[in-house]
Amino acid sequence: MKANPRPIYRLTHKAIHIDFPLLSLLLTLIILGGFILHSASNQDFSMLLRQTMRLTFALGMMMIFTLIPPHKYKLWTPWIYSVGLLLLIAVMLMGKVGKGAQRWLDLGLFRFQPSEIMKLAVPMMAAWYFDKKTLLITPSSLLVSLFIIFIPTLLIAKQPDLGTALMVAASGLCVIFLAGIRLKIVFSLFSLISLAAPFLWHFMHDYQKQRIFTLLHPENDPLGAGYHIIQSKIAIGSGGLLGKGWLEGSQSHLNFLPEHATDFIFAVGSEEFGFIGSALLIILISLISLRALYIAKNAQTHFTQLLSASLAMIFFLSAFVNIGMVMGILPVVGIPLPLVSYGGTAMVTFLTAFGIIMSISSHRILFNNLATSAKF
Amino acid sequence: MHFNRSMKTQRKQPKIKIRLHLLSVLIFALFSILLLRLAYLQIFQFKRYHTLSLHNQMNIIPIPPPRGIILDRNGVVLAENIPVYSLEITPEHIKNLPSTLKKLKTLLPSISEEDINHFNHVRKQNRPFVPIPLKLKLNQEEVAVFASRQHQFPGVNIRARLMRYYPFRETMAHILGYVGRINLQELKQINPSNYRATNFIGKAGIERFYERILHGKIGYQQVEIDASGRTLRVLNKQNPLSGERLYLTIDSRLQRAAYEALKDKRGAIVIINPQNGEILAMVSSPSYDPNQFVNGITFKEYQKLATARERPLFNRAVRGLYPPASTIKPFMGLAGLEKGVIDAKYSIYDPGWFRLPGISHAYRDWKKTGHGVLNLKRAITVSCDTYFYQLGSKMGIAAIEDVLMRFGFGQLSHVDIQEEAAGILPNKQWKKQMKGSSWYPGDTVITSIGQGFMLASPLQLANATSALSQKGKRFRPHFLQKSVQNDREKIHVYKILEEYPMHLKNDSYWDIITESMRAVITSNEGTGYRFGRTAPYTVAAKTGTAQVVGGFHYEKIPYEEIPEFLRDNSLFIAFAPTEAPEVSIAVVVENDFAASNIARKVLDSYFKLKETTNS
Repeated sequence: MKANPRPIYRLTHKAIHIDFPLLSLLLTLIILGGFILHSASNQDFSMLLRQTMRLTFALGMMMIFTLIPPHKYKLWTPWIYSVGLLLLIAVMLMGKVGKGAQRWLDLGLFRFQPSEIMKLAVPMMAAWYFDKKTLLITPSSLLVSLFIIFIPTLLIAKQPDLGTALMVAASGLCVIFLAGIRLKIVFSLFSLISLAAPFLWHFMHDYQKQRIFTLLHPENDPLGAGYHIIQSKIAIGSGGLLGKGWLEGSQSHLNFLPEHATDFIFAVGSEEFGFIGSALLIILISLISLRALYIAKNAQTHFTQLLSASLAMIFFLSAFVNIGMVMGILPVVGIPLPLVSYGGTAMVTFLTAFGIIMSISSHRILFNNLATSAKF
Repeated sequence: MHFNRSMKTQRKQPKIKIRLHLLSVLIFALFSILLLRLAYLQIFQFKRYHTLSLHNQMNIIPIPPPRGIILDRNGVVLAENIPVYSLEITPEHIKNLPSTLKKLKTLLPSISEEDINHFNHVRKQNRPFVPIPLKLKLNQEEVAVFASRQHQFPGVNIRARLMRYYPFRETMAHILGYVGRINLQELKQINPSNYRATNFIGKAGIERFYERILHGKIGYQQVEIDASGRTLRVLNKQNPLSGERLYLTIDSRLQRAAYEALKDKRGAIVIINPQNGEILAMVSSPSYDPNQFVNGITFKEYQKLATARERPLFNRAVRGLYPPASTIKPFMGLAGLEKGVIDAKYSIYDPGWFRLPGISHAYRDWKKTGHGVLNLKRAITVSCDTYFYQLGSKMGIAAIEDVLMRFGFGQLSHVDIQEEAAGILPNKQWKKQMKGSSWYPGDTVITSIGQGFMLASPLQLANATSALSQKGKRFRPHFLQKSVQNDREKIHVYKILEEYPMHLKNDSYWDIITESMRAVITSNEGTGYRFGRTAPYTVAAKTGTAQVVGGFHYEKIPYEEIPEFLRDNSLFIAFAPTEAPEVSIAVVVENDFAASNIARKVLDSYFKLKETTNS
């Protein structure tokens, strides 16, 4: 085996490498999100304007990333991962000095969170690592991949940004699952954890148990985290089948609902657009994820398959955790609703991810030197 | 294209496709969960949430828990919550506001123009149903005057808020500490939802150490409010759980006597019951009025307290570190006996100085002419320096440290206030680390009379004296006796922690030391003459005089002419009665010789109080 063979690509859709079904689903979600945000911001036009500017930038990033062929991503992966890791460490050290926010890195012109890079870099690195290992995972490669995933995860969790850390870990674990960890191991791990839970419970301190109780029964802590959930459930439930109408949500506009432009924006949409509107939102998110998985299924290399599938999953799981939290079935973890919540960083990350997915779908290998020589 | 596909299948493991399908199934499953939950909330539970949102709407009003009060061992209140009255007006209920204000001003002349202006200013920023204070801190008379006319003023009310109050003021400040507004740093250490309605937090002393049990648990009211925010009715109420009532080991009468005895001097007194470690009184003088801090001290006042040369904010009893001087001698004597360097009969001749072999420097006794022949008992009685110079340099610093350590010198006593300092019990490593030089035999010599590097707090001295009186049995000194949870009548009695006891090779050593300390008071040449040769109770004691400036030759200058801050510190430790010790005391007075006199006053009041309590 010599150096990487140079693949030859067939250009689809001429010079534009876009997956149109995916793009139209994304745009529908984004536009629907814009309506909700306009209401959630109490019709503060400047907020909508700022979000539109971020969106334009993020869409531009997506377009640029669609143009880059997948083998380039593979080539750059170790570099992106290493730089991301260094930035995470830099943030940790600078945060220590400044004693302030430890998530942001100020680059003068703009600030960004290195943990966002890791949402892409960790699945890329894991996919890169498993690219050549097409057989079932061995214990040693499992160990290496766990290191790849959990070093950045722990750094992010320490910031502390538990929500992002969870997502980064999930995307990496998704790669391991696809790369072929024995299902037996997966199932035995699950059963081991569920068996160990009662024992762990027994050894926990009272205050730790109390915290878990609060997670399960927010009503018991109406002055703390429970307040958000109670209010958010009232907002969603009172929306009914058809909703109260756009800009008519009383809960959201009377400031009963906390964080209604960011983490709890789904509740604003649910109150105003009802079951029909919320279901549409969930369906859109699921369709986007399924389309991305379909692209993964048709991808031509191990690397691109693993990468596009795990990016699809990180998108879906982010949305699931956010909506689950807002509806009171998951604990309150600070994760925004992808492509809908107010804020730029997550928007750029996810659209970049979709850019990579579209690049994978549109750059198809026409002719492979190595394979050809083997065949003939 | 066809060609391509065949290439692909060869290169790939087919199982990844199965797993991708599994992920699709997972997405579908999670999607269904969300949809079902959504349907449950929006369709099946719609009526419930619709009603809740219509009534609109619930608001949660936190109710602060009353802070636990603090009492002394006899139930005398040391810290309480007193109501402070303010006059409030609800603008919505007033027909003619200007005339009401005018009438109020004639009724209560203390209402100033400024109050009215401020009221009007705040009123414009709030909704009309919100009560707004017109005058804060009404006095009792004003409250009575208004209460009798209240019927003429619908919409005007008196509201009481609770404020921390320390009736003993300066007397208890260094024990109780005080509460003050919560600062940013403290905010990080507390559970914000429990402190939602609380403005004050313990800043020092008992108030700080027992903050967790003093604070209590917040309550709340779930109220229904309409769209404008007006409260319609109370849906649900959870009463706050008030903080625990603390009973301290302090006897406020003894505390007051000790405070009076030390008044106008700088120093500290600690009185402990050696049989269980209960601190009966602890004074640091000068002191401050903790109530100033509760009401919000002005920057100027605080500056004055913080920079005053007498340092009233400094807790000398637990943080003040002093050379123990001659009060260390009984412990040194005990160390000598224990290490087998001397026995009770061993005597030396004291010419008035001591010289280390091969070194010309002479370490002088406080008595220039020397004490002549003396054994251990007489050496303690007359507080002979030469005897202990010699004893110490024979024993060596390691042996000294070994025994003194067991009395708690150089270590935190873990008393239940946070301000404590550990003091210094020097050894070779300590000097190397802190001073960067090696230990000289001369260092051992001066350590033997409690000078040099050695430093101890008055609390440590009282603590060590207690251990001496109990023949090695030690207890952790403490302030908290028991606490009572008001709402549940649950009583927590705090455990008395016994420290690892000391066992000497021969129990008679204890008696030798006690006897010598007894002679300090009773013997004609004992140094305890200022205490008085006779007392209605038996006392074992030791005096101490610590030079503030080394090498100052006092004999040459009349005492009155020495600048005050250069005068010696005086120390006094004692326990009584010697047959069955039940009280031990340590007194340190800065730049004054009064320690023995003060100790006498305080011990007298202890026994007098005991008599009145018993009869």
